[in-house]
Amino acid sequence: MNLVREIQLAARLLVRDARAGELTLIAAAIVIAVAAVTTVGFFTDRVQQALTQQANWLLGADLVIADSRPLSPQLKDEARRLGLTAAEMTRFPSMVVQGERSMLADVRAVEPGFPPRGELRIAQRLFGPDRRAETVPQPGTVWIDERLYTGLELHGGERVSVGNSALRVDAIVTHEPGVALGFLSGAPRLLLNAADLASTGLIQAGSRVRYSLQIAGDPAAIEAYRGWAAPRLAAGSRMEGIRDARPEIRSALERAERFLNLAALTSVLLAAAAIALAARRYLQRHLDACAMMRCIGASQGLIVRLHFMHFAMLGVLCAGLGLAIGVVGQTLLATWLREVVAVALPLPGVVPALHGVAVGLMLLLGFALPPLASLGRVPTLRVLRRELGVPNAAGLVGYAMGAVIVCALILWRAQDLRFGLTVLGWSAAAVPAACALAWLLLRGLALLRRRGGAWRFGIAGLRRQTLGTMVQVVALGLGIMALLTLTLIRTDLLHTWQRSLPPEAPNRFIINVQPDQVEPIRQFFAANGIPSLQLYPMVRGRLIRINERAVSEDTYQDDRARRLVNREFNLSWATRMQTGNRIVAGRWWEAAGARSDQLSVERGLAETLGIRMGDRLTFDVAGTPVAGEVTSLRSVDWDSFNVNFFVVAPPGLFEGYPVTYVSSFRLEQAKASVLNTLVKSFPNVVLIDVAQALAQVQQLMDQAARAVQFVFLFTLVAGLVVLYAAVASTQDERVYEAIIMRTLGASRAQINRAHLAEFTAIGAAAGFVAAAGATGLGYFVAQRFLHLDYAPDPWVWAIGVIGGAAGVALAGYIGTRQVLTVAPLKILRQVG
Amino acid sequence: MADLAKQVSTGNVELTILGGVSFEVRTGESVAVVGVSGSGKSTLLALLAGLDTPSTGMVRIDGHDLYGLDEDGRAALRGRMVGFIFQSFQLLPAMTALENVMLPLELSGRFDARPAAQAMLERVGLGPRLHHYPKQLSGGEQQRVAIARAFVTRPKLLFADEPTGNLDPATGAQIIDLMLGLNRESGTTLLMVTHDEALTRRCDRVLRLAAGRLVNHD
Repeated sequence: MNLVREIQLAARLLVRDARAGELTLIAAAIVIAVAAVTTVGFFTDRVQQALTQQANWLLGADLVIADSRPLSPQLKDEARRLGLTAAEMTRFPSMVVQGERSMLADVRAVEPGFPPRGELRIAQRLFGPDRRAETVPQPGTVWIDERLYTGLELHGGERVSVGNSALRVDAIVTHEPGVALGFLSGAPRLLLNAADLASTGLIQAGSRVRYSLQIAGDPAAIEAYRGWAAPRLAAGSRMEGIRDARPEIRSALERAERFLNLAALTSVLLAAAAIALAARRYLQRHLDACAMMRCIGASQGLIVRLHFMHFAMLGVLCAGLGLAIGVVGQTLLATWLREVVAVALPLPGVVPALHGVAVGLMLLLGFALPPLASLGRVPTLRVLRRELGVPNAAGLVGYAMGAVIVCALILWRAQDLRFGLTVLGWSAAAVPAACALAWLLLRGLALLRRRGGAWRFGIAGLRRQTLGTMVQVVALGLGIMALLTLTLIRTDLLHTWQRSLPPEAPNRFIINVQPDQVEPIRQFFAANGIPSLQLYPMVRGRLIRINERAVSEDTYQDDRARRLVNREFNLSWATRMQTGNRIVAGRWWEAAGARSDQLSVERGLAETLGIRMGDRLTFDVAGTPVAGEVTSLRSVDWDSFNVNFFVVAPPGLFEGYPVTYVSSFRLEQAKASVLNTLVKSFPNVVLIDVAQALAQVQQLMDQAARAVQFVFLFTLVAGLVVLYAAVASTQDERVYEAIIMRTLGASRAQINRAHLAEFTAIGAAAGFVAAAGATGLGYFVAQRFLHLDYAPDPWVWAIGVIGGAAGVALAGYIGTRQVLTVAPLKILRQVG
Repeated sequence: MADLAKQVSTGNVELTILGGVSFEVRTGESVAVVGVSGSGKSTLLALLAGLDTPSTGMVRIDGHDLYGLDEDGRAALRGRMVGFIFQSFQLLPAMTALENVMLPLELSGRFDARPAAQAMLERVGLGPRLHHYPKQLSGGEQQRVAIARAFVTRPKLLFADEPTGNLDPATGAQIIDLMLGLNRESGTTLLMVTHDEALTRRCDRVLRLAAGRLVNHD
């Protein structure tokens, strides 16, 4: 037979098998795996594409130089000399007030020429048609975004107070380069003309301000400028081009992608288990067919080739269906994560589709084909002697192939060798542990056999195939664990954290208080029922040296460390240590007259940056190097919502530099109107509402959790497919046993109860494994990431075991009830 | 076939299932192999069809030395020359009657598999049941499908293993009529293992086996 005829025959065999329902489980498993992988793949691809396409727009320029101190005018002059467009932007947080309402806004003072790259679009009214802005707001006017507009309950044409100025709202910004990124971008935005900046009175020594120079133009001139500017930048200035735009977003996205990939991978691994079980059943059910084919002339090679082609076609078809589901799935994911992403997403590319198909085919290759390859070795004599099976049906090669494919999939989807190896290591430890637990539970249940009746038959059923039952328990356990973790454990952790907050914890921060405002503000609070407001001094400085070693972003591998050295620290001084702080190494300076060049560093920061006791740290404070020796390490209770600092010195060391004051306090919502008076009296101060910020974080967490839950939904469905595959793989034996029992006089109800008992036991064991896993995971997250004392909720166990038992019993019952409704003779004929 | 023998060892004991059997079957002849259970009938059939390997001896089919060929060579020879009918029908449950009959033609790469199979099923009286699955057919109907499958390739040699063993006497008689009728029409050589005395009487020759040895050539 030539190849074309073989392919045609394989296709016909595929259709015949599919029609007879022989392939449903394998197909479902592949579809789920591909759908899970492509849902995540398409979504992250769209976000990546958006980032790449909008790199210019995100930056708003080809090159940006930014600093927390004013930039040298020389930088702009040289850019213009080279024929480049250059516009300065000053950015800072400030309260914006209108009538009785005030909101914290991200203020940007811009000059004509902004944005040098990309498009600024504005509308005259809320949700009205927008147009390209030809210039920047006229002096005396501001443009604000929709959030600020609705938050301040504006109706058009009103004036808003920004610092000391009252500026008219002239337009609503619908699109602004440099902020289109939206990722957790925080506060609502306001644009004002740079000419109005001075009159607002908001820029004062020590204020949190970001100055930037945005440059665009001919690429060669940009490169020339880059070369010229690099050696002239002040310490602490950063120059960002398109190629290094938003590294933190990219790395956040990569982490999210890795995590979602692994979430999807759990579905893939379960699908692998389902395929392995279903392929085994397929093998058993096709031994006769293959023996018959051999009998009527098919060679071993032909049988193997036909099955190979048959399954390759099945793989491609199922992958296609999985892709279609993936396309729908990623749309849902993008909708749910709209607020987090907030970028217009382009259409997904082809690469995730190829990845999805590759995963589907790898699963077939690893888990279906090794057992099926042995179909060629079916003894032809089986047509006469049915007891003859395949020698060593799947064999070690089959298991080895599956193991290699699983490792390859984990390393590939983790997208990072180290991370992948870590996940592999954990899996290598967790899976045998889960198997051991499942085995122990099954053994324990087997001890209950002597209780008699249907229960005894049911439990005997568990031993029908111990390995298969264990795989079922672990696979289902994984699915249930994902659900428990994302529902009970997540809310449990959140509640534990909320409970850990003292009820009187401050709920508001006040920052940017100038030294001459300290006393008036204290009096203001005293007059409004908060008698002893503690205001802490704060200077900003960048860590530039540890001992004699200069530090920069490049010194560290760790993301957090890189972020930390890249920004300015809030430094403070105090005689007495703050409440909620505890010395873990060294000693706090007791007396007021202690040596002033001492530093007390927060323990976590010290660990991240590799700072040890006795190290001499040098900070660049307002252009001056200020050094001190680490004489103590502190643990800080950040959850207290008190003002805390990474680095504190005795009075003296940081004094004399531009300073602002900061405080936190508790004010009930009913008295919140007091704050409007405060903002009006002290326009430069910035108020941060912790409750609001927490609500925002909570909302983002909810969205992220929903996305993760959605991906884990595939895991659960895959778990159910494993259950069905497991039920189906023992179906023929189960049917046979049921018939024997019925011919021996067992009633339907008795057989029914036996099956229910068997599935209940499997479900309860899976629920127990799941509860153990979820509790362990919750404990790990609480200890490792949240630093909480986590007391596991006993409900996790109850719901895991009872829910697992009920769910699996129901699914198993539905899967086997036909055994009881068909006449024994008919089934005997099928089985026979 | 000459001096065909089969021994198996179970532990330390060497068990002779078939011991030195020799006979010849002429083209177009119908031969029944009879004997009590365990006399070696099925083993003989398996060895004659190349489904098993003998301990000693040789089998020639139409001049080809069956055991001079490898496993795939024997399968190819069966595909070209041999048809089978089994006691348990051996139909593929995932395929309809028509597809079951098409299969040997498809495996030999024939283009006309469908019309040929359909014609053969109509010949065995299953024209209205072409698209039924085995489980939707009665035992007699299933054996008709198996007969159609065996004859559709126009084999020179047909092996039948207790073809009426799973059927009631009336259906069994119909199946015998059909099988022998087709056998005569196509001039096929028939070698059949059976317990059925009625069937034995309708064959040209009877080989009787006892304890793995041929005890008479009628």
